[in-house]
Amino acid sequence: MACKWGMRQWAVLTLLLTTFGGSGANVARAQKKDSCVECHAALEGPLAAPVEAMNEDVHRARGFSCADCHGGDPSRDDPLESMDPRKGFLARPSPRAIPALCGRCHSDAEFMKRYNPALRVDQEREYFTSVHGKRLRAGDARVATCTSCHGAHGIRPAQHPLSPVYPLHVAETCARCHADAAYMKEYRIPSDQYDRYKRSVHARALYERQDLSAPTCNDCHGNHGAVPPGVASVAHVCGQCHVRQSTLFQASPHKAAFDAMQLAECVYCHGNHEVLPPTDEMIGTGEKSVCVSCHPPGDAGYQAAERMRALLDDLSRHLERTLAILDRAERAGMEVSRAKFELNEARDALTHARVLIHAFSVKELENVIRPGLEIARRGYQAGERALAELNYRRKGLAVSLLFILFLAFLLYLKVREIEGAS
Amino acid sequence: MRVELRVEAWRAWLDERLGTDAVREFLRRKAVPIHRHTIWYYFGGMTLFLFVVQVVTGALLLLYYRPSAEAAFESVQFIMTEVEFGWLVRSIHSWSANLMIATLFIHMFSAYFMKAYRPPRELTWVSGTFLLLLALAFGFSGYLLPWNKLAFFATKVGTDIAGDVPLVGRFLLRFLRGGEEVTGATLTRFFGFHVAILPGMTTIVLALHLILVQKHGMSVPPSLEGKSLRKMPFFPNFLLRDLIGWVLAIGALAALAALFPWGLGEKADPFAPAPAGIKPEWYFLFMFQTLRLLPARVGIVEGEVLGVTIFLLGGIFWMLVPFLDKPASGRRSRFFTGVGVFFVLYLVIMTIWGYLV
Amino acid sequence: MLSWSEQRRKLLNILLGTSVGATLVAIFYPILKFMIPPEVIEATQASVVAGRVNELPPNSGKIFKFGNKPGLLVRTPTGEYKAFSAVCTHLDCIVQYRPDMRLIWCACHNGQYNLSGKNIAGPPPRPLEEYVVNIRGEEIVVSKA
Repeated sequence: MACKWGMRQWAVLTLLLTTFGGSGANVARAQKKDSCVECHAALEGPLAAPVEAMNEDVHRARGFSCADCHGGDPSRDDPLESMDPRKGFLARPSPRAIPALCGRCHSDAEFMKRYNPALRVDQEREYFTSVHGKRLRAGDARVATCTSCHGAHGIRPAQHPLSPVYPLHVAETCARCHADAAYMKEYRIPSDQYDRYKRSVHARALYERQDLSAPTCNDCHGNHGAVPPGVASVAHVCGQCHVRQSTLFQASPHKAAFDAMQLAECVYCHGNHEVLPPTDEMIGTGEKSVCVSCHPPGDAGYQAAERMRALLDDLSRHLERTLAILDRAERAGMEVSRAKFELNEARDALTHARVLIHAFSVKELENVIRPGLEIARRGYQAGERALAELNYRRKGLAVSLLFILFLAFLLYLKVREIEGAS
Repeated sequence: MRVELRVEAWRAWLDERLGTDAVREFLRRKAVPIHRHTIWYYFGGMTLFLFVVQVVTGALLLLYYRPSAEAAFESVQFIMTEVEFGWLVRSIHSWSANLMIATLFIHMFSAYFMKAYRPPRELTWVSGTFLLLLALAFGFSGYLLPWNKLAFFATKVGTDIAGDVPLVGRFLLRFLRGGEEVTGATLTRFFGFHVAILPGMTTIVLALHLILVQKHGMSVPPSLEGKSLRKMPFFPNFLLRDLIGWVLAIGALAALAALFPWGLGEKADPFAPAPAGIKPEWYFLFMFQTLRLLPARVGIVEGEVLGVTIFLLGGIFWMLVPFLDKPASGRRSRFFTGVGVFFVLYLVIMTIWGYLV
Repeated sequence: MLSWSEQRRKLLNILLGTSVGATLVAIFYPILKFMIPPEVIEATQASVVAGRVNELPPNSGKIFKFGNKPGLLVRTPTGEYKAFSAVCTHLDCIVQYRPDMRLIWCACHNGQYNLSGKNIAGPPPRPLEEYVVNIRGEEIVVSKA
């Protein structure tokens, strides 16, 4: 029985075409129909943007799609059916709902094990210990939620260089809100942290030297459980990397004093966001010194600060002097590489001394500075010896030149004599 | 009286065994013409003296130098710092090399302008051009031996240019480098050239050159040909004068070594990029500058290949001058004088230009 | 009695002879001193004597000079010798062996390396360069790999 192409045939053909035609991704992906993508891809502007973005999304790559978060029925074409709230459709989740939405999967250890067993599953719980989480629960819809930092569509893993939470981008991501003075006005906290941080030595290490181990916002504040470190715990935070300084400080007389005065340990002298490279001028009693902000002239601390600065300056000066003379000798052609090598130890002593400051003990400092000075002095003597040798050579040259010229002159006289006779 | 008898006994003993009387007789008779251009006669001997200085200081350096990429630089550093008077021996060796090539050029051009290559001295001239090539080869090979950055790149550039010789260029490049690139193999090979092969060849060619000079005696400029000139005995007059020059040369070398010690720089690193402004030593600068000025292509030929070919042809011309300058008429001779002036000016101008750029 | 000119001649000859002699001495003295071997007999930086066999007890380390850079010689708890470049790969501080932790530690930012030189904790981005250790009689000789 010949079939004529009637409505039914056309409907079947259309159904077949729409099922297997359309975007290549659709065909390439599961055999499941996804009407969300089909319709939204054909729309314009913000309604189509998520489709494009999802191509880069890590969830998409694992086989998830729109309905896995937004609910609804992707097998239906009719918007009333596919976006039916009775089928669980959630258009644009409110900020309040987002942590739970993401947490539905990300807090489920059994579920996450199937996709990435190494991922933590306590982010949601941690989040609610943070200032953001607490405020969200209290009704503030302006705080950061999961999507504020990770994005909603097009989420990349944190290790991906293009992710907004990749170490090189974390500060910018936080700054989106925290550097916006108008946005932050009602919270009455400063909004200059990002600017300050960018000027810091940590930012220089991270952005200029591409040293990914340098701290950014989340290294000190935490990421999901973000909270400004409490006054008493700052030293522990800094001490994660600056172990020696922290240990020395904890054992020093300043620890008790700072705790009693409720001073934020490291931050009080070094700052928190705008941590600049420390200089020797921070020690001592000069105008750039941090010691004088507590220690009045004449008190024990003041004197100790003075002495410590003097020690540092002494070694630093000797080191410079020695380097200068060795450089001079080297430029004049003398070989001084051994002396220069040995000077490394003196340079190390200075570095150690600068760390040892955090013990705030003059005696301990002296124990490190003294051998350093000795080495610097020996290096200086080596430089002096090299220059003396140079001098000796020049004198030797002058003397031998005299003899040589004398000999040449005598030869000349001899020639004159021989030829005078003929 | 007794002293003279002893001397006489020795003379007779030596002559019986070595035939030294003939030599002594020859030396007694050897004489040097005295005229306005006699001063140029001293430059051959000066070059020879500086060559002897090179051989002596070179042999001394051999006691401590190590010809491998791992140890060469350090061994030169060692000589400069730990060995007694090592700084002196090494600086004299480097400075004397340059002085020798300078006096060699003066000797060569003075012989050229005095037309000392006229018959029967053609072979003296030809052997002289070979000595020039050998001296330049000594300079080129020796320069690499400290294995520092400057030398490494100068050698790279220089052997690259050798690769531009038509037909045999590629072979020549591999032969010189001991491979495709400048490596430790190049260093060892250059060392072999510098201390064994080139000295061996030089001994033979130099001996020929000196024997020919003794055989034919000193030539006089064409204008003084045939005239009877005053002569001074070679021994002791001319030799004493030579000695004055040589003693002053020793003084100059000592002064240069003490006041302008030859630097060592940094160890060569084959993986580091070339520093800006690499230049070969001054005696190659005129060639380097010429090649820099030539355009990348001239017609169907690469600029560098053309440049190298021109220099090769120039060198061959230079060697064959005695056979080409046959003055049937005075005009021919003046042409060659003109060519000589052109060459000197070209060398000087290109060298200065090479430094200024 | 010699004439005036003959006296001058003799003086000149004597002076000349002495000068020539002195010049020859001035030439041969440096040559001779040059040829006599100096105190430090070898130049090579490709290898260096880092210590002596009984110097280090097991589970200890020491810094030695290798060319112009510092090196770290470690005697592991099991008694074998290992040598590394002592320059931390983070910010060039000099590392040290920590017997209590049984690994190599950098005081500046708490960087840690295991006994194969591999960076295992803290900021260092790369392992320490390892050197070859040989025992030659009483001496421990360290050379570049």
